[in-house]
Amino acid sequence: MPDLLLLGTRKGTVIVDRAGGVWRPRPIAHEGIPVCYAARDPRDGMLWASLDHGHWGPKLSRSRDSGATWQDLASVKYPAGARYIKKYLPTPDFDPEAPVGAPEYGDATVYKIWHIAFGSPRQPGRLYAGTIPGGLFVSDDGGDSWNLNRPLWNHESRGGDLFAGDATSENRWHGTPASIDYGVFEPGIHSIIVDPRDPDHLHVAVSTAGVIETTDGGKTWAGRNQGMTNDYMPDPESEWGHDPHFVTACTGQPDHLWQQNHCGVFYSDDGARHWKKVSQPEAGVHFGFPIAVDAQDGRKAWVVPARADSERMAIDGGLFVAQTIDGGQSWRALRNGLPQDNAYDIVLRHGLDVSGDYLCFGSTTGNVYLSEDGGESWRCLGNNFPPVYSVRFG
Amino acid sequence: MPTVEMTGHLYRFFPALEDRVIRVDADSVAEVLRAVNQLAPGFTDYVLDEHGALRKHVSLSINDRILVDRKTLSDRVPDDGTVYIFQALSGG
Repeated sequence: MPDLLLLGTRKGTVIVDRAGGVWRPRPIAHEGIPVCYAARDPRDGMLWASLDHGHWGPKLSRSRDSGATWQDLASVKYPAGARYIKKYLPTPDFDPEAPVGAPEYGDATVYKIWHIAFGSPRQPGRLYAGTIPGGLFVSDDGGDSWNLNRPLWNHESRGGDLFAGDATSENRWHGTPASIDYGVFEPGIHSIIVDPRDPDHLHVAVSTAGVIETTDGGKTWAGRNQGMTNDYMPDPESEWGHDPHFVTACTGQPDHLWQQNHCGVFYSDDGARHWKKVSQPEAGVHFGFPIAVDAQDGRKAWVVPARADSERMAIDGGLFVAQTIDGGQSWRALRNGLPQDNAYDIVLRHGLDVSGDYLCFGSTTGNVYLSEDGGESWRCLGNNFPPVYSVRFG
Repeated sequence: MPTVEMTGHLYRFFPALEDRVIRVDADSVAEVLRAVNQLAPGFTDYVLDEHGALRKHVSLSINDRILVDRKTLSDRVPDDGTVYIFQALSGG
């Protein structure tokens, strides 16, 4: 039974404690600083927050004393020579029909640390961080130092080893609109999944490229996007160019993976070798950002649906969570306790979490809702939080 | 020795720099920032990116002249000059 919630918000980190059956938020930490992700390492209880400083560069912050004090770490940095093939901001004068010229290279700078993941208990000190512009960083000393995973950075789907020279293949990774805030149009890694059975087995998800897997501890990587469809691409079944909004896996059945995507909800029960679209548009289950899966039953998942790509808000003013217990064959709307009139919330990709029967989500409208019965009923933890970027049980 | 003035926002992360006159032995902006980093380890992480360039939303001037070389910070700083470090804040 969880007794801690971490909210990453536009104005700092909010820790919510459960004591005597009551959830009570503490005064905000990292006051005034955008926190795009915050989570607790289950191995040692360390709290982590990714600070999205607009001016001073992204920083990781950690707390050894359950949030009483925080220490900001030295910046995560790309090594000298880390380059990428630039994508261009989709400005009104951009001509997609223009002939493709020679690739233009940029020196990599960390714009945002979008996701933090914790290694296996067999690898104490192992942490992962996913960035915009699409780097996976690894630490083996509890976050004191970080190294770029070069095989993924140098992947042929990104143009090959740009440390060594010019591109040897086409760059198939596109930018994410989430990068436009930084004045660039570059990809980002927002989902990192470590297989509890095998610490060398990871999936990462990239906006905008797709899902990529390693089975050898990051030495080699391969795309895992078969069965994905991308309605807005010239070739909807293209290997690359997918925009998973968030990808997660069942802890107890790690071959069961789920993703909420631009173009639907997708499910795999064979370790992402094949994806199956399990949207139910007539029930509102199609577009959205977050997704959560039960820790034991890989067929059981929840999403917070939103109205279409172009609008991105609750459907018809009524906020609901949709649950499936049969691998997406059917979905049920859970609305009890959630506002059904004049609700225009959107829940971002890290804004929903599950822990046993506990579910919680937070919206960019600053509303946070909690369920203690698997989503059957909900209550509000507060309506006046800053815009919520991430929700994680501790 | 040049003087360094900075936005109060940075004192939050480097309280050792607050309530004191910062004078450093330096001829260029790069040397000025290196010297401040000696006084407050980690300081350059906040104002420079991994290539040593001034971060995009940080501004720096030498007296009333805005820094020209944002990449390598080679602008000269007169011995009686003041380097100002500030940032553009906007939105909510």
